[in-house]
Amino acid sequence: MPHLRVSGLRKSYDGTDVVAGLDLEITPGSCFGLLGPNGAGKTTTLRLCLGLTEPDGGEITMLGLPVPERAREARSRIGVVPQLDNLDPDFSVRENLLVFGRYFGIPRRDLEARIPGLLEFAGLTAREHARIQTLSGGMKRRLTLARALVNDPQLIFLDEPSTGLDPQARHLIWERLRKLTNEGRTIVLTTHFMDEAERLCDRVAIIDHGRKIAEGAPRDLIAQHIEPQVVEVFGDGAQSWAESFGRGAAERCELTGETVFCYTHDADAIVHALDARPDVRYLHRPANLEDVFLKLTGRELRD
Amino acid sequence: MKLQRALRPRPSLRFVHIWRRNGLVWTKLAIPSMLGNLADPMLYMLGLGYGLGAMMPDVVGMPYIAFLAAGTVCSSTMMSASFESMYSSFSRMHVQRTWDAIMNAPVTLDDLVLGEAIWSASKAFLSGAAVLLVASALGLVESTLALWVLPVVFLTGLVFAGLGLIMTSLSPSYDFFMYYFTLAVTPMMLASGVFFPLDRLPQWLQAAAQALPLTHAVALVRPLMRGVTPDAPIAHLSVLVAYAVLACYAALVLARRRLLK
Repeated sequence: MPHLRVSGLRKSYDGTDVVAGLDLEITPGSCFGLLGPNGAGKTTTLRLCLGLTEPDGGEITMLGLPVPERAREARSRIGVVPQLDNLDPDFSVRENLLVFGRYFGIPRRDLEARIPGLLEFAGLTAREHARIQTLSGGMKRRLTLARALVNDPQLIFLDEPSTGLDPQARHLIWERLRKLTNEGRTIVLTTHFMDEAERLCDRVAIIDHGRKIAEGAPRDLIAQHIEPQVVEVFGDGAQSWAESFGRGAAERCELTGETVFCYTHDADAIVHALDARPDVRYLHRPANLEDVFLKLTGRELRD
Repeated sequence: MKLQRALRPRPSLRFVHIWRRNGLVWTKLAIPSMLGNLADPMLYMLGLGYGLGAMMPDVVGMPYIAFLAAGTVCSSTMMSASFESMYSSFSRMHVQRTWDAIMNAPVTLDDLVLGEAIWSASKAFLSGAAVLLVASALGLVESTLALWVLPVVFLTGLVFAGLGLIMTSLSPSYDFFMYYFTLAVTPMMLASGVFFPLDRLPQWLQAAAQALPLTHAVALVRPLMRGVTPDAPIAHLSVLVAYAVLACYAALVLARRRLLK
């Protein structure tokens, strides 16, 4: 039985479809990425799954329970890391865990037993009595993650878990998330960092305008949609180079901002040509999930 | 079906978690909080009661300070419930996003709103009870009948908590609450018999005052503090209960409209 099954899910606001017939199925123990540009419907989908808003159509089953009808019960077995930190600023690190655990009706004794492990998981054992305002962004996010584990959930939702974090803090969060999937927990995360999704997720769904436009393992999606090699060309001469040479040599060339992306099966000729051009710089790399994302959702700016 | 679900309140005992959360915060700030809640009404009561009272004959058969003490029990209850259910609840709901975090746990918005209402009523109860205690220390309370003031104070607190939460559910920012204070709370304080007997008001205003919850709280508390059974206690209580239930219900529906879109 999947931990989360969504079928035909719809939600519209003021006549605009934000979620327009979405189907998802998330198997236990997997890490599932919900990707999409801003406004694609990721956060609304999450809110619908948590039973915080009523769908206009479709069905949601979370841990075997129908949502929103039995959302409250389902929520007692899941954890949520929201996009914006909403740790309780009136409390210390420890009290945040304690008070949050009480919302689940967990007895004090059990909570007291569980808190040291959670503090250790968050790397905040030494900051147990610190006020929230004194924590760094990374610490706050780790505490939010630990808070989401207070009820020992089977399924964890993370809404953009590493947005706003420095690279060290992101790597630490990723390591913790790995730990959680290794323990057999199911993770559903939204992100628009494609490297994060590629690294963490067994499976991703790319959604746009409330619809799923692709789904699969990151590696499969890359193989399916994108030529294996990419040369990014930038600098003053990049565009003229693309017109004169690049478009002929690569299977596909795209312009985003001032960067030309050349997609190809064999980049040798392109790289060789570029080495002779002092007015451009380039980066030769394997295709990644971001290339898939940009190809499928388009290159124009979303606000 | 959907509309039915949207309109039927389904609070549960889990509201206690919310009450305890707010209680734990309060214990850290209890002394300044109590002081802040008490100093203002107490200064008015003592200053006006003794200062103004010294120049006045008895008012409806009691010294002005005793008359005013009963009014102050009610008005400080109203103020305390209003501040807590607006400024503090709004902070938790909108600014700190504490409600969002709580709703990710197995606690519903209905539990949350009920918890906030009862919490505000509890804080208001402390304010009203503290004024009563000071009044009794000053010898302004005539008999143990005054203990019946305590449940009235809690109920009054619940009324103004409910009304305050309606404002909170509608409010875009803190500034919005000034309208409520200026247009509702202050006129109510002047027209409910807190500072002077209602019969001093023009007929039409006396009639209008009967629609105000504070009038009914004062009408119960003042005789009780004097050791007299109030006239028509059931009628006054009914008005307060109706206000409390309807206000809390309206607050719940409005909060759902705001947060569960």
